[in-house]
Amino acid sequence: MGFALRDEEPAPIARRPLRFLTAGSVDDGKSTLIGRLLLDGRAILADQLDALEARAGGGKPIDLALLTDGLEAEREQGITIDVAYRYFATRERKFIIADAPGHEQYTRNMVTAAAGSDAAVVLVDATKLDLASPPLAEARPLDGAAPPQPLQLLPQTRRHALLAQLLRVPHIVFAVNKLDAVADAAAAFARVRAALTAFADEAGFVPAGIVPISALHGDNVSRPSTLGGYDGPTLLALLEQLPDDDVATGGAALLPVQYVGADSGTGAGHRPRVLWGRVARGEIAIGDALKVFPSGETAKVAELYAAGARTASVAAGRSAGVVLDRQVDVSRGDWLAAPDSLAPTARFRATLAWLDTEPAVVGRRYWLRHGNRWLHGRIAAIRSRLDIATLAPHDAHELGVNEIGEVIVETQQPLPLSRFADDRVAGALLVVDPATNRTSGTLLVREALAPS
Amino acid sequence: MNAPTPLDRLLPELETDHLDALEEEAIFILRETAAAFERPALLFSGGKDSCVVLHLAQKAFKLEGGSTTRLPFPLLHVDTGHNFPEVIEFRDRIVEALGETLVVAHLEDSIARGSVRLAAPEESRNGHQSVTLMEAVDEHRFDALIGGARRDEEKARAKERILSHRDGFGQWQPKNQRPELWTLFNTRLKPGEHMRAFPISNWTELDVWLYIQRERIALPSLYYTHRRDVVRKKGLLVPVTAVTPPAPDETVESLPVRFRTVGDMTCTCPVESLAADAADVVAETLLVTISERGATRMDDRTSDASMERRKKEGYF
Repeated sequence: MGFALRDEEPAPIARRPLRFLTAGSVDDGKSTLIGRLLLDGRAILADQLDALEARAGGGKPIDLALLTDGLEAEREQGITIDVAYRYFATRERKFIIADAPGHEQYTRNMVTAAAGSDAAVVLVDATKLDLASPPLAEARPLDGAAPPQPLQLLPQTRRHALLAQLLRVPHIVFAVNKLDAVADAAAAFARVRAALTAFADEAGFVPAGIVPISALHGDNVSRPSTLGGYDGPTLLALLEQLPDDDVATGGAALLPVQYVGADSGTGAGHRPRVLWGRVARGEIAIGDALKVFPSGETAKVAELYAAGARTASVAAGRSAGVVLDRQVDVSRGDWLAAPDSLAPTARFRATLAWLDTEPAVVGRRYWLRHGNRWLHGRIAAIRSRLDIATLAPHDAHELGVNEIGEVIVETQQPLPLSRFADDRVAGALLVVDPATNRTSGTLLVREALAPS
Repeated sequence: MNAPTPLDRLLPELETDHLDALEEEAIFILRETAAAFERPALLFSGGKDSCVVLHLAQKAFKLEGGSTTRLPFPLLHVDTGHNFPEVIEFRDRIVEALGETLVVAHLEDSIARGSVRLAAPEESRNGHQSVTLMEAVDEHRFDALIGGARRDEEKARAKERILSHRDGFGQWQPKNQRPELWTLFNTRLKPGEHMRAFPISNWTELDVWLYIQRERIALPSLYYTHRRDVVRKKGLLVPVTAVTPPAPDETVESLPVRFRTVGDMTCTCPVESLAADAADVVAETLLVTISERGATRMDDRTSDASMERRKKEGYF
């Protein structure tokens, strides 16, 4: 056989696929990076590679960006401007790339790609930074001259990272690209890393990694390199090792009822229905008391299923089929929760990411989806618009497409909300325009408010 | 042609635990579709992807020892009249064994009605399937069609949503897709519109074969090695059938082949293979992937496989 297995490595660890988004602006080398990952992840078909080699001409390096630029050309022809999903696998893990186009419909695409992603790889183009400005240490003022400014990051770098943080993408990785094209890569990387660390600190997150790469040549993508004086893990090794910690495994049990099965087939005459849903937080086990929202009835878990088979407990992130020990009134959209763990509210403050081309209208009735429940709600007030390069609030009374702001929302009925920061299942809502059925935006709950 | 590699030789390379996560996601989407729509249907052609989705649906809706014997939706097949007989026989056998309801929409009926008009009798009917499909949607008032399409199949599919909205003409509007945020699916429809649901969007061809092997999912026999008369045309092995007879100047060869996809007889070609079961196919699929890595030269078999992949067409 004409291939070699990498037998020297330890046995792989069981993990679910890692979904990550790639954020970068045009010319940051994002297409090249994705091409490089697909190539190193063996996702490139031989015929595609042959085509690239033929195009490059004998002996010359192939243009990896062409692997994704074909798609961008399609977009430019007006076929679509949208997130594309790509797949590759290493020995350690399966990966799903949510590739958000950086130019148009920016926020909309990035929000779509970030929602549900386990990690964000934010590309920083080293060649676009003002590396000529004197580093802090060398230019300390001796005579009262104006202090030198630290290295300025580009607004898009801040925007990409802050949006990922806003949507609670669990891991944010900076990939500092094109270091092969700057004069002193080690000095440049040290300064960029210091600036990124300071920015992340100010924004309130710890980067999962800051990796100097050359997407073009492959340094530190999957092949370790001393580029930038770096001796840490490659980008791919870092992604392979990121933990799956995006679900709230702790906390009081909560399950949004997704589907009510016909019956469980147990007992003669008594055929309780199976209540299916993905556990949002905590764990559900046989014998647990659960309270149904909104009916308020309480019952105990008599039987439990995962897929079609019986089980004793189901943890957050997995679907459970719950059979209660007595007949209670439950339908899709209801919640099963540990008793006394919910505090329903019909008025709350939230961050609204607006994705519709028509602006958000205060007072208008929208469809909202919370968990599996559809209900009406309205934006009672728009409080501010966030500058997406800084997340600083500015006074505003309207929100247009691709804008993010703080709003007050009132709903037709009370909901068992959580803060989005604590639980993204009970802490996020979808906003749908009832006239068009378009997905208009998403609400990230910040705090419950008393009725006005 | 390479002989199949024993799977245990490749096992160090295989990590199959991610299949549990893919299964979990697919079952979640199936239940979401069954719950959110009034009249869903599962597209079932007997092809491997639809066999996987049907298997996932059994897990999603039928319980160990439970009394639910039927899925909460029927199966729907658009029969072009040019399907491989083995596949139709397999389809009917599986449907009967599982006790499901099958709705068959015949392209011949569309031709008889005049809604499909072939330019020539021997024209491929693949492209006309969508007309018959939409007629079935209208007749049965289906509001959701569950399909086995995967995002790794082609570039356009890479942008497809898991729940993908179709207007009253059944058209996908890629420029106007609904953002899909977490699992907060926008399931709202207007009258006459419907949704396509793709539970195995995030699976690759290798994942599908690994799952078929792990779950011992039955497939039509032509997915595995068998001897078949074929004609070499433009790098493809065109099967000799009643609707694709050889031209007088063409040479018919009898080769051991298997199909990677199964569709209309006029446009589905096998690849040369000795793979006798799912484990062998996994091994071959993995070899194809590996030989694609780096600048290694591809062999003829790989070339056939990837060209066929590009030709692949289905309901979507």
